[in-house]
Amino acid sequence: MKRYSLLLGATALALAPAAAMAERGSSGHLNIIYWQAPSTLNPYLSGGTKEVESSSLILESMARFDETGAMVPWLAESIPTVENGGVSADLTSITWTIADGITWSDGSALTASDFVFTWQYCTHPEGGCAQAANYDGVTAVEAVDDKTVRITFNAPTPFPYTAFVGSESPVIQAAQFAECLGARAPECTDANFGPIGTGPFKVDEFRPNDVIELSANPNFRFPDRPYFGTVTFKGGGDATSAARSVCETGEFDYAWNLQMDPTILAGMAAQGRCAIEVAFGTSVERIHLNQTNPDPALGDARSTVEGGPHPFLTNPIIGQAMSMAIDRALIVEIGYGAGGKPTCNVLPAPDLYASTANDGCLVQDIPGAIALLDGAGIVDTNGDGIREYNGVPLRVLYQTSTNAVRQDTQALIKQWWAEIGIDTELRNIDASVFFGGDPASPDTFQKFYADIEMYTNNFAGVDPQAYMASWLCGDMPRPQSQWQGSNIQRFCDPAYDALVAEMARTADLNERGRLAREMNDMLVRYSIIPLVHRGGVSARAATLEGHRMSDWDSELWNIMDWRRTQ
Amino acid sequence: MLTYTIRRLILAIPTLLFISFVIFLIVKLSPSDPTAGLPLTIPPEVREQIRESLGVNDPVVVQYFKWLKLMVWDEPLHFIEGATGWQVAPDGPRIISYQTRSPVMDLIVQRMPQTLWVVGTSYIVGILIALPLGIISAYKQYSVFDQVGTFISMVGFSVPTFFTGVLFIVIFAVTLGWFPSVYDTTHEVTDWDSFVVQLKQIIMPVMVLGLYNASQISRYLRASMLDNLNQDYVRTARAKGLGEKTVVLVHVLKNSMIPVVTVIALNVPAVFGGAIITEQVFKVNGIGQLLIIAIQSGDVPVVQTVSFIFAVLIVLFSLIADILYGVLDPRIRYD
Repeated sequence: MKRYSLLLGATALALAPAAAMAERGSSGHLNIIYWQAPSTLNPYLSGGTKEVESSSLILESMARFDETGAMVPWLAESIPTVENGGVSADLTSITWTIADGITWSDGSALTASDFVFTWQYCTHPEGGCAQAANYDGVTAVEAVDDKTVRITFNAPTPFPYTAFVGSESPVIQAAQFAECLGARAPECTDANFGPIGTGPFKVDEFRPNDVIELSANPNFRFPDRPYFGTVTFKGGGDATSAARSVCETGEFDYAWNLQMDPTILAGMAAQGRCAIEVAFGTSVERIHLNQTNPDPALGDARSTVEGGPHPFLTNPIIGQAMSMAIDRALIVEIGYGAGGKPTCNVLPAPDLYASTANDGCLVQDIPGAIALLDGAGIVDTNGDGIREYNGVPLRVLYQTSTNAVRQDTQALIKQWWAEIGIDTELRNIDASVFFGGDPASPDTFQKFYADIEMYTNNFAGVDPQAYMASWLCGDMPRPQSQWQGSNIQRFCDPAYDALVAEMARTADLNERGRLAREMNDMLVRYSIIPLVHRGGVSARAATLEGHRMSDWDSELWNIMDWRRTQ
Repeated sequence: MLTYTIRRLILAIPTLLFISFVIFLIVKLSPSDPTAGLPLTIPPEVREQIRESLGVNDPVVVQYFKWLKLMVWDEPLHFIEGATGWQVAPDGPRIISYQTRSPVMDLIVQRMPQTLWVVGTSYIVGILIALPLGIISAYKQYSVFDQVGTFISMVGFSVPTFFTGVLFIVIFAVTLGWFPSVYDTTHEVTDWDSFVVQLKQIIMPVMVLGLYNASQISRYLRASMLDNLNQDYVRTARAKGLGEKTVVLVHVLKNSMIPVVTVIALNVPAVFGGAIITEQVFKVNGIGQLLIIAIQSGDVPVVQTVSFIFAVLIVLFSLIADILYGVLDPRIRYD
């Protein structure tokens, strides 16, 4: 079995010091700007990207994901696998060993009991832990001895690297958070705003939603790192002004998440003070075609299985024609620039899982789409320019969240669909309502009271098993589930459900890849129309080096290696 | 005057209760969800647990009275303890922000200095610019000075601060490189050099806001001066042989200031309220930024508490304006 050879390959290299000459603090002060400011430094109480990434300077986990998605042992000695005995043969437990010489920033030793406590902290029923999903299926976390942590799962788990891996489930200090379990979590403001960690930096001052001042952890396990002695982590403003402060005024060294007009960003970068960094993970901007009928006349049954199938979007020919009519490259050029690439897959990465079977969609083909519809007998019978299918005109309501790029995309797609005889009505909804999940609101993406909707989704980590299980028949949002559920387009295929079950039993990596690709292909023909594979876009000062941007983990995952060019 | 003040203060209580309830209902009934901003990778069961732990699912009336009790009893005691060191604060819950899971009052206390620095200074600068501008414009009505002054104040009044702010940044921070475009809230003034740094980082937001304030106040002053300059008492003063300086700066200005002082007093609560847009543009991160971020992320306790403090300040300064009116104008008596 060579399942984890890819994961092990990069481990030794990743920790090799990049600049043997430099020493701790030799690069001076680092200024980072996140235009969305962190609200807390306890990622278990927030779950937002800004909190997870800012706390990753302080808190660490057993292993992290580098820029290729490969796992790198971090607090652990090595990555446990079935081969090295770290993962039990029946795949129900994983045993991590903490590397030697790791201490908290207060000087006390990191022990296995800290991991046990972290698990108890996050799974406490009254705590409202935002990262609880990382501990799904974990029945026990035990300290075998001071250095050894065993995690037991309730079922065979082919990919056991969820708890204590990546930036979302770091270890917190038991001594500091002992009094903060469950409902008492918010009372521990000092701990939440100044967690003691094992990471390269420690908190000097934290002002929620404003700024964090950090300095190098004096007890950090690598005596020569971090190369920066102090860090200011500022928040506030907007993406454009953050980019300006790195690329034009030079006040900051690193700006995160620059979702802005790509031509403006390219113009700023052209001045030579900064470099634009892009990292691609699994985010895909996609269109969902409602497979159930959203007709308002159905009342409570609209957009549910009880309301019946959609009058025409369940026909794959129509979905295929809609997909063919879209020029994805133009959408990328106008709205995403370097931060996007056209894609035909809802599961675009890691490479092992990315299907190539649908790549034909990358080229726009309006005549082909027209011919396809004409050939299927879906034509305009009453001369109003709109085709009919079984007497129902192809008119769709197309909704998304309010966002300049999304509205541009909507306008383009409406135009292309008009050319193939499909009439589109556009609608946009404030993001806090659209993604808010309030079961009383008719405008949430889960309720899907429209024919078509567009947004971005992704999955954390590198294993798509849970993500692909989103589209099980039973996971449709419906009134009985308070409109919760991940199968947004109400796709249902027993063959798909069977593949999901098979993947949950399969440990072989290549076989898992084949299953995931097969599931992806079922989804994109044609209940989901993928548009853009989106990457994280950041700017770094030209004088900053050692930066390896990963979209699989915190962007700041290797900040201990960052340094100033001489 | 005293009875009037006491009567007004007592009347303010039901007003404030009503305001707080209306704010609460508006915020609560608007479709907002504190978990809406989280990544979609966080599953719905976890979101529900988060909402449960925040107390979002309690009945609205229960939530309101919980908040009200904390706001009028527990929080003032915590404030007194923080200010004096007396052990008076009760144990138990405080008003907790959904976003930071920390007491809202601590956030407000933390945000107040930079807001008062930036917005307060800009208000004083605005008044200092407005006084001479208003006086000279009125005294030399339709002169070149008046025309230019009117033009500038109309521009200052009508051009939004998000435009002037960015314009200032592009000119003075990007092109000339004189001032920083990002405000450092942790900077402390300890000596001359650090004062210069503070001056450099504060000058752009202060001027952006100051220009706006000056435009507003100078227009009021000019109009009020014009009203008074044509009055009989001015002619009498001149007939008595008083110099122009005395006539304008003592007799006319004093009477003209009556309505202007009211306007200035009524606008003071806005100083505490911060300047949402200007704070965002320069990343001052004061009260205004706290409020707007809280609104965006459905952080009801912060929105509710900050709005309520504004309401208290507005009620209070309306009262002060009314009393000042009585003090400045002998014709007005409340008793």
